[in-house]
Amino acid sequence: MDVFPIIVVIAFFQLVIIQKPFPHLDQTIFGIFLVVMGLFIFILGLESALFPIGEKMANEFALKGNPWWIIFFGFALGFSTTIAEPALTVIAGKAGGLAAGAGAIENTKSSVAKFVLGLRYTVALSVGLAIALGVLRILKGWPFIWFIMGGYTLIVITTFFAPQEIIGIAYDSGGITTSTITVPLVAALGVGLATSIRGRNPMLDGFGLIALASLCPIIFVLGYGILVYGVGS
Amino acid sequence: MNSEIFNTLIDALGGTLQDILPIIIVLGFFQVVAIQKVIPHLKQKLIGLGMVVLGLGIFIVGLEQCVFPIGSQMANQLTDLNFLAGSDSALVETLKKSSQMDPGIYLWTYIFAFLIGFSTTLAEPALIAVAYKARDITTGAISAWGLRVSVALGVATGVTLGVYRIVMGNPLHYYIVAGYAFLLIQTWFSPKQIIPLAYDSGGVTTSTVTVPLIAALGIGLASNVPGRSPLIDGFGLIAFASLFPMITVMAYAMITEKLSKRKEINEPS
Repeated sequence: MDVFPIIVVIAFFQLVIIQKPFPHLDQTIFGIFLVVMGLFIFILGLESALFPIGEKMANEFALKGNPWWIIFFGFALGFSTTIAEPALTVIAGKAGGLAAGAGAIENTKSSVAKFVLGLRYTVALSVGLAIALGVLRILKGWPFIWFIMGGYTLIVITTFFAPQEIIGIAYDSGGITTSTITVPLVAALGVGLATSIRGRNPMLDGFGLIALASLCPIIFVLGYGILVYGVGS
Repeated sequence: MNSEIFNTLIDALGGTLQDILPIIIVLGFFQVVAIQKVIPHLKQKLIGLGMVVLGLGIFIVGLEQCVFPIGSQMANQLTDLNFLAGSDSALVETLKKSSQMDPGIYLWTYIFAFLIGFSTTLAEPALIAVAYKARDITTGAISAWGLRVSVALGVATGVTLGVYRIVMGNPLHYYIVAGYAFLLIQTWFSPKQIIPLAYDSGGVTTSTVTVPLIAALGIGLASNVPGRSPLIDGFGLIAFASLFPMITVMAYAMITEKLSKRKEINEPS
């Protein structure tokens, strides 16, 4: 059901527009079977483990009353999942090649590796800080809109000073940081926290963690670009 | 072929395991040090986590076996100058020399970008998770399906516009900053309840399924359009794909609010 539209689109383009038969049809059908089955098992696991764990932990933290533990928890969760994110490693690698090609850093293996590692730590740090800040927001009940307004204003200002080469990577890095396993856990954490604290609305206060986790990396990576490339136009 | 699939399955499982390992370490650490309680139904939760890893692993193998190769092959074929010019070889030569492409020639690429953006987003596991959560909290006022369709429409629009930008070669930040400006104005007028969820949906949409396919499309396009560099112009599609869902989700909330208000006026309880 969920993957049916993909099949229709691909079949239509292959047969009607490109007008060639499917290469390896048997393999394709087997692949579709795997996709459907995998998604089914994933969703079962989601409802029986990831959601309840996230909510239970948020609950326990709220009962404990010490806000620092949960802020630290948010940071640790954001940082650790991002540093291990395969998509980030790929994009950071490409960005490293780009920077070396443009002459912004030395075109040697070690300096490229240093650039890539620096970029990955920058993104991971910013995601950790973003989730910690988002948790603090839920605890305090600060309006979400302040953070969004402030964040986007900061992005626009930083973009003016950032070098051309980093802008595309920076804007993309916001989207790739939140992986399929992190998202459900973080969503459950936010909603669980907002449900456990009196006076918070799960809809208004529970969501928003992922938004911050995709906003902060943009600012940080733009800053990293300014540091490495120097101020550009 | 069977052993090949088996090997990719092992790789994919290793990959998702690597994904979930830091999460388990962090969860375990805080459970033991901060909360100091045994997790209730530990066995059931562990089985559930195992299912998350296994399901995602199988899902990714399926994608890599069937969807990604066809997707990237298609992106390549659709943006190929020979395909665009039909069988007109003189036109191929003129196209190769021209520095600015006629954006109209890529019509099929735009349609492909729109449809593939829409359909892959509907299958995105992270989005399904968040949509279920939203449905549960609002006890159905926000339907999981409505949310997913509006996010998918947003991704579709975003990717199409992003493809158009690559063809034209305009600077990315003009589009993005204009999009932010629109977003902030729209935020002013949209129902308060939806705002955090709408902004969340921007980051949620771009994960396992959408990113590889969109990246393939961007790179295929940037390497086939004359005058574009895959490294510089290939980036940015993901940014488009995370900006537009925020706009469409808010639009969805505005429309459903209007409709429900009209209903209340028409049938006073």
